[in-house]
Parts: sequence; structure tokens; C-alpha cells
Amino acid sequence: MAQQKNSKYKILITDDSEMNRAILIDMLGEEYEFLEAENGRQAVELLEQHSTELSLVLLDIVMPEMDGFGVLQVMNQKQWIDDVPVIMISAESGSSHVERAYKLGVTDFVGRPFDAMIVHRRVVNTIMLYAKQKKLIGLVTNQIYEKEQHSALMIDILSHIVEFRNGESGLHVLHVRTLTEMFLRHLIQKSDRYSISRADVVAISTASALHDIGKIVIPDNIINKPGRLTDEEFTIMKSHALTGAEMLANLPFHKNEPLIQVAYDICRWHHERWDGRGYPDGLKGDDIPISAQIVALADVYDALTSVRVYKPPFPHEKAVQMILNGECGVFNPLLLECLIEISADIPEHLGSTSTLQVNREDIQSIAEEMLRHEELSASGRTLQLLEHERMKYSFFAAMTQEIQFEFTVSPPMLTLNTWGAEKLGLAETVPDPMNHLDSPGMMNSEECRRLADALHATTPEHPVITCDTLVPYPDGPRWCRIISRAMWSTDEPPRYTGVIGKAVDIHESRMKLNSLEEQASHDAMTGLLNHKYAKQHILQRLEARQSSHYALAIVDLDHFKNANDTYGHLFGDRVLMFIADTLRANVRGGDIAARVGGDEFLLFVEYSASPELPIQRIYNCLSGKTYEQFPISLSMGVATTQVVGTDYETLFHAADSALYSVKRGGRGSCRFYTNETMEQTPSSISPIDSDQSQSGTAGKESTT
Amino acid sequence: MNLNDCYEAMGGNYDEAIGRLRSERLVQKFVLKFLDDGSFDLLCRSVEAGDCTEAFRAAHTIKGVCQNLSLTKLQISSSALAEALRGGSWSEGSAELVEQVKADYQQTAAAIRAFQEANAG
Repeated sequence: MAQQKNSKYKILITDDSEMNRAILIDMLGEEYEFLEAENGRQAVELLEQHSTELSLVLLDIVMPEMDGFGVLQVMNQKQWIDDVPVIMISAESGSSHVERAYKLGVTDFVGRPFDAMIVHRRVVNTIMLYAKQKKLIGLVTNQIYEKEQHSALMIDILSHIVEFRNGESGLHVLHVRTLTEMFLRHLIQKSDRYSISRADVVAISTASALHDIGKIVIPDNIINKPGRLTDEEFTIMKSHALTGAEMLANLPFHKNEPLIQVAYDICRWHHERWDGRGYPDGLKGDDIPISAQIVALADVYDALTSVRVYKPPFPHEKAVQMILNGECGVFNPLLLECLIEISADIPEHLGSTSTLQVNREDIQSIAEEMLRHEELSASGRTLQLLEHERMKYSFFAAMTQEIQFEFTVSPPMLTLNTWGAEKLGLAETVPDPMNHLDSPGMMNSEECRRLADALHATTPEHPVITCDTLVPYPDGPRWCRIISRAMWSTDEPPRYTGVIGKAVDIHESRMKLNSLEEQASHDAMTGLLNHKYAKQHILQRLEARQSSHYALAIVDLDHFKNANDTYGHLFGDRVLMFIADTLRANVRGGDIAARVGGDEFLLFVEYSASPELPIQRIYNCLSGKTYEQFPISLSMGVATTQVVGTDYETLFHAADSALYSVKRGGRGSCRFYTNETMEQTPSSISPIDSDQSQSGTAGKESTT
Repeated sequence: MNLNDCYEAMGGNYDEAIGRLRSERLVQKFVLKFLDDGSFDLLCRSVEAGDCTEAFRAAHTIKGVCQNLSLTKLQISSSALAEALRGGSWSEGSAELVEQVKADYQQTAAAIRAFQEANAG
């Protein structure tokens, strides 16, 4: 519809003679956009591409490749003929041709030779009729299908079309609808004089929006005239009732739909009076359909309480009083009783611009009614398009090697693509999945809650989130990247209605990444953490548990150079590995052992009361031992968070300077850093290294 | 030579054409365009090749165009030919009808060319 408002109507001209096409184009002029086909096959191709945009097809009969009847047959097969009107143009005017063309669904038949005016007029008529009809089909069928959304749309559109013309407030149609619905609901409770079903309530209040469509043909100057209308003007004004009804009756399709019939009654008779003095037919009493009676009352009430070019708004009480006094027409006494009884509720209901909610029972009974009325089904073409999309979706879903899922909140239901269901060992639909979490194939509840929280935190503008998680395949968990999109309703405020998404297996690359990270973070020879990663881990621990006490120790293997020199580098490596293994075996789970340099190791130990005990335990398990023939002697400098605080660099530096003082003091011992000078704080651990002749700085270049 | 004279020369109905197309500009535009229409060539080729279906279609198209432009003389002969060929086979009188269409086409085309030349300068 927007396309037709903002751009030209598109016409497909199908004629094998270029001249004839050119003549038609010239005749119709620049107000249209044209597509041209020189034979039936081309026409079908263009229809295939553009059927939904086309407003009209002008079709010749005798053409090469495929003739006009062939095109019509295809248009019937594909049901384009329901949506795109066809005017047949031909020199053939034998009645058998004409009859056959009409049977195949053409809207009009124009014989050659063309008369410019006739062609133009017929094209305009057909396009307008179809445009209106398309609008109404759209409004009518869709809104019955998805009532809540679409009736709002319908009313919105009609408010704009009609009221833009009428210069009324945009709310008039909305108000009439709301009032009509209120009257109907009250009336059913109050009396069973009229058999009004719930579906009727919806149909009548929806159709009420159409009550003034006939005003489209009333000239502006009459509609918007501030003063009193002359008799002549009033006669023209009055014609809107009949005109509106005729517009509906002349719909080429769908005119038998209940909604259109109700709308017809309303359009035609919403200016009748209970006493028979209304127009156009002067119907009296209950000869006037109840739908029209109610809309008439609603119309009058809203006209009274709204501003009009010719009058200010009256307050609610005043308006009701005027109606009851018979100042604005004569109404069904039963409806006047309704008016009195619902009077108190009216201002509040009209105050909220939202329309009344259609309750569940209504929807159900409408659905039942729809099942009884085949003609109410969506046009075959719509269903075909839907089916096409569905096939396309399931084809691609089957091709891709990924789990695709959809979750709806109401009813709670998980739907998987075939491939995904098979992989996970689940059914393609899992009802109430939230109560089956942690079972085979399903996510664990904690992960699921995290994902759900993240999705709920999205917005309709940014509904997509990506996360990596372990998915429990039957043959073991695998890393998957879940890309999911929260589905938000178009209501205001938007409701969270579910999720669609997919899980892509990233296990291999994730594993590779993990192993690369493992490699990068560990010393290749000893398998201990390297310095860089040890630091990261230490920083994390310091950060995470600030109240705990930690000791950082730097361990230096004394005289390691001798081992290398005497027994060779391979032996030296074995010594280092022995040290590393022993350290690893003797630190507790949360503690850290790392190799920070050639023969230097780092320990990071949590302690509760005193650091000496755990440090001494580790020291003792190496110091004084021999590896094969090589006697192991350790120098160890220790700094504690209690003494120097939790800054890593400070800790490391303090431990290093404690170590330095051990080395200067002859190695083979362990020393804690204190705030006093290092010399005054000898370690409690006794030296065992017998060889104290070496310089305290030899080979210790890495203690920076 | 004006457009009216041109219609005169080819046995067309100028008033009728103007009455339907509503503008001399349009009539002139399409009359001149008539010379570019390939239907007559198609007719000649199909007749030579003995393709009756194509010949019917070509005659039919000529008839349609002539109707639109009120090129009456050619319209009558092409219409007669189209009717004769409609059944999909050559009939006794069809050769004559073809000749008539050819003659009328030449007359029409000649008139249009004369008009074109007269108005070119």
C-alpha cells in the first residue's frame, strides 16, 4: 500500500506489436509506470518477478510463443489473477473470445481500435477498484487472521484515509469502534433479543471503522464547511451512506465475507432513525440492523464530544443528556438504557487510545467460525508463498551442518531442525524444555539461565547475542558457538516471545586454541607455568581474594652450572625436570609453581597463620637431597603479602632481594624479606651447601 | 502535404483517428512509426516460407495497428487475410488476399513517406 501511495502504479503491457504498446503507453500517460512484454512467455516471466507490485495487466490475445489465453491460464494456476486485474485488449471481438476471457478471470475487455479516453477510463477504474479492493482485502482478511495486530492497522489506515478528508480528529474511527464494542458487550449481557455471537462483536466493531468510507466521494467544501449545509449540500452529504455501501457491494471479490456484509449494513444504515425518519431508506425500528443502530449511536456520541468545524466539544454528561433528550436523533430505547448503564465507563475507555483487548474466548470462537467459512481463509497465493518459504527454510536447514533452534515462550516449546535433533538425540519438538534441562542432549540449567538472562537483556534493536558454551552431545560435550536472536513482539512495550538461533560446532578450533594457550603458558621442558602466565595467575588470585595471605618465593638451584659442566646439558635438564616435578608434587592445589628462568623457579603459596611452615616444607623436600650423583642445594628468597602488600612487582622485587641476600650470605638457605635490613633476618632454614667458596653473584644474571 | 492529405492518399480515416487518439501529435507520431513496424516484413517472410500460423499472426497484428490508426484500407485487406488464415491453412483465395495486403501496404507506406518528406524540411 505504501508503494502505491508513494510511487506510480505499475502496468504490464503485453502486445506483440511494439506500436500498439507505444500507443497504449502514450494514451495512459506519465502517471503510470510500464513494463512491456512482446509475447505471453515474457509476460509470465515479468509476472513471476513483479506480480505483487503490478496494478494491472493489459493483455493482447494473439501473440507468438504464448497467447493471451495462455497467460491467463498461468495466472489462474498461480493464482495471480486474484491479485492482479487483467484488461484484455484485442481486435478479436467474437463473443466466444470475450466469454472465454471473462471465464478466465479478466476484469474488462477492450476491443480495438483503441479509443484513448475509453482505455484510459477503464484502466483508471480497474486500478482504483483493485487498489481499494486490495486495501480492503488486506484489511479484511488479514485482520481476521491476526486480529489484534491487524485490526489496529486497519483502523489506523481508515482513520487516516477518511478523517484526513473529513478534518475530524484522528480518533473518531477509533472511538466509534471502542464505543460500538462497549455497547455490544453490554447489550449481550443485558438482553438476548438480538442473537449476537462473540465473533459478531468483533466483526461489528471492526466493521464500524468503515461506516464513513462513502465520504471519500463527498466534495471537500461540503465535508469541511463550517456553517450549516444548504438543502442541496445536505442531499449530497447524505449520499455517503449509500455510496459507502455500494463501494463494498461492488467489490469484485470477498463481498460475501461476513465482515463486508456487516460493514455494508453499517455503511448503508448508520443514519437511519428508530422512528423511520432517517436516511437513505427510512427504515424503522428493528428493521435497521442492530449493528447499524449501535454504530449510529456511537457515531453521534463521539461527534458530540469531539470538536467539529461547526461546533465545540460537549462534555460527556452533556452529550449523554442530549442523546437521551432526543436532541440528536431517535434511538432504540434498549440501546439508550445501555448508554445510561455504561455511561460511567465511557470516558475512561475512550481515554486510553488502545482498543479493547479481544479476549481469548473471542479468538477461539472466531477461529471456530473461520473453520466453518472456507472463504475466510487467506488467499491461496498467500499460503503458497508461505509454503514456499517453509520449503526453502527446511531445505537450507537440512543442508547446513548446524543445530538450529527456535524456542517460544508461550506455549513453551523448543523446535530443532532435523539435523540438530539427530545430533543431540532429541525429538524435533520438545514441549516444556525448561523442565527438561540437565537431561541428555539438553543444556545444563546454569548455562541455560545465563543465556536466557542475556537474551532477556537484549533490545528489539539489538536482539542478537553470541556466546560459546559446552553443548552436551550424547557422545560427550563439545564446544559450540551459539548465535541467538531474542524475538520481541511489535507491541509497545515489546514482549519477549522467544528465541531463534543456531549452534555452530567450534570444538576443533576451540581445542586447538586451548592447546595453543596451554603451550604458550607453559614452559616446554618442565611443563610448569612460564613466568608470564604465572604472573597472570598470581595477579588473578591477588585480585580475587584480597583478604588472604600469600607468600611469593623465588628458588634458585645452587651450583647448577657445575651440573651442566660436569655431567653435560642433558643431565642438567634432567635435574631441572626433577626439581620441577618435585615442586609440582609438593604445592597444594591452589598454589602456583613456575619456572621463571634457567635454574630459577617461582612459588606462590597461600597461607593462613604463618608462611614459614609451608615454605619450609617445600624447601625441605628438595634441599639436601641428591639427584643421582648431584647434590641439590637451594637458595630461596621469600616475600609475603603481610609484609610488603599485594602489589606483584613489589612482592617479586622483595623476594628477589631476599634471595640476593641469601646468595650473598653463602647460599643454601631460605630467607624471608622483612622491612629491616636483610642481614638481620637470617632464615630459620639451615644451610646445607658445603661449597661456599663461590662468589655470591656468579651465574645469577637473571635475578633482576 | 498535411496529415489529413496523407490519410486521404492511403485510404484512411483521419477524423476517426483523431477522434479516438484525441491528439494530432499522437496520430502523427504513430503514423510515422508505422513504417518501423515489422509485421509486414514478417507477413512477407511467412508467406514465402509457407508458414500459415505466422502469416495469420502478422496479418492480425497489421489489422490491429491499422484499426488503432484508422488506416482503413489496409485494415480491411489485412483483416480479410487474417480471417482467411485463421484456420491455420492456406485456402483458395489467400494468395490474392496476400497480394491485396501487399498493394495496400505499399500505398499506405508510400503516403506516409510522402508526408514524411513533405514535413522533413
